[in-house]
Amino acid sequence: MENTHDSPPVHLHPVQTSQVTATVTRPIMKVNDVDVYYGDFRAVTGVNLEFGLNEITALIGPSGCGKSTLLRSLNRMNDLIDGARVDGEIVFHGENIYGKGVDPIEVRRRIGMVFQKPNPFPKSIYDNIAYGPRVTGMKVDSMDDLVEESLTRAALWDEVKDKLKQSAIGLSGGQQQRLCIARAISVRPDVILMDEPCASLDPIATMRIEDLMHELREQYTIIIVTHNMQQAARVADRTAFFTAQISEGTGARTGVLVEYGTTTQIFEDPKDQRTEDYISGRFG
Amino acid sequence: MRSLQDSLAGAPTMPLSTGKRPREQRPAPMIFLIVLWLSLLIAVVFLITLIVNIVLEGGSRFGLQLFTEYPASDPDRAGARPAILGSIWVIGVTAVLTIPLGIAAAVHLEEFADKRHWFNRAIELNVQNLAAVPSIVYGLLALAFLTLVGVRDKNIVIGGALALSLLILPVIIIATREAIRAVPSEIRDGSLALGATKWQTTWRQVLPASVPGIATGSILALSRALGEAAPLLLLGALVFVSFDPNGLLSGFTTLPIQIFNWTGRPQEGFHELAAAASIILLMLLLLMNGLAIFIRNRYQKRW
Repeated sequence: MENTHDSPPVHLHPVQTSQVTATVTRPIMKVNDVDVYYGDFRAVTGVNLEFGLNEITALIGPSGCGKSTLLRSLNRMNDLIDGARVDGEIVFHGENIYGKGVDPIEVRRRIGMVFQKPNPFPKSIYDNIAYGPRVTGMKVDSMDDLVEESLTRAALWDEVKDKLKQSAIGLSGGQQQRLCIARAISVRPDVILMDEPCASLDPIATMRIEDLMHELREQYTIIIVTHNMQQAARVADRTAFFTAQISEGTGARTGVLVEYGTTTQIFEDPKDQRTEDYISGRFG
Repeated sequence: MRSLQDSLAGAPTMPLSTGKRPREQRPAPMIFLIVLWLSLLIAVVFLITLIVNIVLEGGSRFGLQLFTEYPASDPDRAGARPAILGSIWVIGVTAVLTIPLGIAAAVHLEEFADKRHWFNRAIELNVQNLAAVPSIVYGLLALAFLTLVGVRDKNIVIGGALALSLLILPVIIIATREAIRAVPSEIRDGSLALGATKWQTTWRQVLPASVPGIATGSILALSRALGEAAPLLLLGALVFVSFDPNGLLSGFTTLPIQIFNWTGRPQEGFHELAAAASIILLMLLLLMNGLAIFIRNRYQKRW
């Protein structure tokens, strides 16, 4: 059924987009002809993408289009699912992360992840941040300073500096998610993957996370999966639109990349009819 | 847009009390409720009868002498000291043998084994089956094992502990697996995404978070072992021990065996002693179960 509503106008952040050129000039990660399988099921096929250094890239698309699957392949979190397999190359700093001899543990340290549901450890706020540096054996001069720095960067320090020894479980959902971001940056990654980080947050907490993403962009490359098109338009420099292709024979849904470009181009001048239909709210 | 009141104005009124469904008064739910209450009543009545009976019979013999004296041919001079110490020894050694082994097995099955592999699925199924095997079969198994390794006197602390360990190992494995499974996968993902290894994630996140469940399950399993007599009888556990057990190779008796022995004597005095020893056993069980409940409530993690 066709949706007859006019979609709400999408406002773009005027400052950020002006710096983004049409082609990725400084790619930090490249996805070359990637297929992702779960057993025999092909969840994503034929994806080619480049992620720019210190840019925010949004992956958008309807449910089941494989965007989260692709995201989890970018730091080998998919390895943890029985039967998951990646064909093709994901090149990070010139090296295929699925190449022979690559240590997935090191990949995950360099490419951090923030999840849909805030998942603080049932430990103190301090220990949540110190955990990553401790387990990865990072050389740290002062753990106190590192904890403060990470929490400050995640815009959480002022709210928690007097209760660092208290359990992280007592924080609000938005604070927990910022704690998870602080935890992710504590091990000094290059890239932060965010899998619908605001899906369980209220609008005010969401706004704070989005503001934070703009600040983090100075030092990190961010790749975010979001269901919320307005969020993509607000935060992302580039946007990749995925959709699910339904096989005529088997009815299996396979995710494909439809269109990739600057966020301005994707939202104002989509080249593909499917992208236009999606962003104008006609499907998905 | 019309307001809610406007749109409701023309609607026919629907009384919420229809009078059609006096559900609780219909016979079927009532009968069901009565059956539930009866079941509960029967269980509680039996338990109370048992306790009252034991206390009435053994109360007069329950005293310091029971804890300090050795068995004797005269009920007025007999006590259960070696049985109490024997139970503590055997259960202690059983705990040391089983808990680490059970936790390790459960961690492997839950965190490391490929659950789709037929071999691991077969193990999983069989662990569950083993938990239902009668205790006397484990006694036979321990007996066979001790014979195989050439132990002549099988009524020793380590032998009894071995039989009881075999008995409760599956129970501890199952309890630990459930405790581990209750740790949300988000916690594992969070740890792994930071660059922690699977090993670190298990040691620093999964196991600490499942300690309450593991402790509760282990204590309940040990309290089951504490009440067992059959597998120990099969090993030829002594029924008349006039010395304190003092090591792994020491002969021993336990409370259930002492009770069993006293119950079989013709003199009324020994029956009273058996009841008094049962009070000790019940108190120990109550203490252990209470500890399990305390640990569960005190340290239970909320996510």
